Amino acid sequence: MGTQVLPFPATAAPAAAAPVAQDYSLFLRRDPSGQAEMAFAVEGIDCAACIDEIEDGCEALPGIARARLNYTTHRLTIGWDAQAEPAPARVLEALAKAGYRAWPFEADRLEEIDNATARHLLRCLGVAGFAAMNIMLLSVSVWSGNVTDITPETRDFFHWLSALIALPAAAYAGQPFFQSALRALKARSLNMDVPITLGVLLALSVSVFETLHHAEHAYFDSAVMLLFFLLAGRYLDHAMRRRTRAEAGNLAALKAVSANRIEPDGRLVTVPAAAVKPGDEVMLRAGERAPVDGIVLSGTAAVDESLVTGETLPRAVGVGGMVHAGSLIHDGVLRLRTTAAGEDTFLDEIERLLDKASTARGRYIRLADRAARLYAPMVHTTALLALVGWLIAGASLHQAVLIAVAVLIITCPCALALAVPAVQVVAAGTLMRAGVLINSGDTFERLAEIDTVAFDKTGTLTLPEPSLSDTSAVPAPLLAVAARLALASTHPLARAIAAAHPQARPLDNVREVPGAGVEAEIDGVSARLGSPAFCGCEALATARAEAAPDASLVAVRLGEACAVLEIRQALRSDARAVIGELRDAGLKVVLLSGDRRAAVAPVAAQLGIKEWWAQMRPGDKIAVLESLDAKGHGVLMVGDGINDAPSLASAHVSLSPISAADVTRAQADAVFLGEKLAPVAAALNVARQARHLMRQNLMIAVIYNLIAVPLAVAGYVTPLVAALAMSGSSIIVTLNALRARQGGGAGGTQMDATAAPAGVKARGARQGGRVAA
Amino acid sequence: MSVLLYLVPAALSLGLLGLVAFLWSLRSGQYDDIEGAAVRVLSDDDLRETAPARPDRNALTGEPRA
Repeated sequence: MGTQVLPFPATAAPAAAAPVAQDYSLFLRRDPSGQAEMAFAVEGIDCAACIDEIEDGCEALPGIARARLNYTTHRLTIGWDAQAEPAPARVLEALAKAGYRAWPFEADRLEEIDNATARHLLRCLGVAGFAAMNIMLLSVSVWSGNVTDITPETRDFFHWLSALIALPAAAYAGQPFFQSALRALKARSLNMDVPITLGVLLALSVSVFETLHHAEHAYFDSAVMLLFFLLAGRYLDHAMRRRTRAEAGNLAALKAVSANRIEPDGRLVTVPAAAVKPGDEVMLRAGERAPVDGIVLSGTAAVDESLVTGETLPRAVGVGGMVHAGSLIHDGVLRLRTTAAGEDTFLDEIERLLDKASTARGRYIRLADRAARLYAPMVHTTALLALVGWLIAGASLHQAVLIAVAVLIITCPCALALAVPAVQVVAAGTLMRAGVLINSGDTFERLAEIDTVAFDKTGTLTLPEPSLSDTSAVPAPLLAVAARLALASTHPLARAIAAAHPQARPLDNVREVPGAGVEAEIDGVSARLGSPAFCGCEALATARAEAAPDASLVAVRLGEACAVLEIRQALRSDARAVIGELRDAGLKVVLLSGDRRAAVAPVAAQLGIKEWWAQMRPGDKIAVLESLDAKGHGVLMVGDGINDAPSLASAHVSLSPISAADVTRAQADAVFLGEKLAPVAAALNVARQARHLMRQNLMIAVIYNLIAVPLAVAGYVTPLVAALAMSGSSIIVTLNALRARQGGGAGGTQMDATAAPAGVKARGARQGGRVAA
Repeated sequence: MSVLLYLVPAALSLGLLGLVAFLWSLRSGQYDDIEGAAVRVLSDDDLRETAPARPDRNALTGEPRA
């Protein structure tokens, strides 16, 4: 294995260091009146006073008509006067001065659809609520009238009024269920919405029939109340996922890469990476991540592709070489011709594997749908048997139909349909406090089923950025000098050195030696930081390289004193504790890395992971996951690199740190925040508890049915009993779901204040509170 | 029972009024930023006009602003 003695540090070409014009036109939107509008994602909002500070600060700028901050999503919308020239850069500048970091933001299409759906659900909920309350008003009068002295005319009048409210309301508010049931039936499958739709439609039509025949009972209230409860559950479920998506959208904006595009006239303009098209020329400098895939037109550089392949040793590229989006440029300057931009920027191989893996995942059937498949036929058979049974027993057809409908209504899966989403919403709130954002609703079910955890190394078990690892072995004065020199360089390793010594003051007149290092004079003594050869201590470096094959070595010299610094991707601070915790919980832990054996072995040894694989191609990772799957293991894959995306998609369930590549994060079922690994353990704990509660809720629903169905079959269920039983079971199930709030307790306290943005935690806590209210 | 002739329409129209109010508030974006609304109510930027003489002082107590 080669020792990693790197050329150090980078030199930026002087021409490229000149200030570059910013182009944000991609994010500007103009309304018909000519007003320009632009949205920003803002970081650092943690209190109510920030609202005023940000809005007032922006509105004080010339040309700005209005500034409105959405405190829930941390997004700021700025509108410019029709005549004024929009100046987004000035807004960013003003925000930066006030201490907020902001990024231009564009809501993606999925999020827009999500918002529209949420609004539609809320409208349906409003309509159903209005109808349920008013029909209840009429129904209660009828119920009390039936045992006292209501006249048949008044009762008919009330029933007709109920029908007048219930029919249009159900037609409108029932749409989400009707459509979903229709989709399921078209696909020749059953979901929970099929029995719901059937129950509602039957209840309504029988009620109309009964009303026409001046009967004592009608079921309008049951049908509409059922819709109201179900819509409430569905809205909460939707709100949970929308919140995660908004959070992820902001993070995507904060992480959005900008590109330095070379215009045809030779000017350099900074544009969002999304604005770069294939064929455009792009300038890349040391310390930057490649925003696009491209072919090198000129220049040479060492490129760190750890995010792409997991390999931590930089690769040298020259003219004609290929650079992938996500690669970090260590030194040198590259001029690229873009070959692929935006969503097309990942490797063909990854794309192919991803397609295959995602289709495999689609086979998973949610707990609620599995319950529905069992439940729907059973209910319908019971209703049919009741009908036939009463006919045989000599009841009139009318009586028998009424009883069959009562069976359908009372078994209508109100509690069953709430059983799973209610737990999901509460558990998602708990996890959000622990620093985990859930991407898909069935994550909890799948997380609770796993018995093996597969970790990627680079960026997952280790921190995404390299750091200085042996500060104690280096004399303090040398370390201080190294940090001061490092401030003058953009090289990623230099950043790690500077970060180890935050109080260092920058030096004047630092001279960069291309491909070797930086040097300066401190109090008349010459100081150097760079490759061991540049500092004249190769012997020291060679000795050290043998002892630490997984580290990058940088030398520092002050006068005659000399030292070698080891820089490596350090383990996350609690990695060992979390791995131990997982193992104690009876889980098998494996390590799948794309990195060299020499780099993986020490990490595996340090963490006590016995099963590990190194130098894995994305396809190899999938093969390992599949072999584990074939042995009957449910695997949780935790990874962050672009090379991990296919394995994340093919694993039973997947997690990725927030620092992961965009493609990878999109594949993960959940994303965790912060520098620690603790959220992984917290997610598993909460998921276990959530599944337990879901099953308990389903049991409650079943027990309720076991009591209610015989009553209905026996013909004892009046609309009053049906309404009481249904609300009662829904409330019990919802209250039981609230117990999921306690699950993340341990994970929640393990989080340190810096790990999650304050807003995320606070909002998570408040969300839980709102569900409880 | 003739009392029903005006009580029932009254009850229904009140309910309908509530529904219309809800739909209007939804349409005007009042549910877009629920948490913002909760904290904005505490902001005192509407007091600036009433105390133009000493903007550096708290409008209610007259004490210098922090």
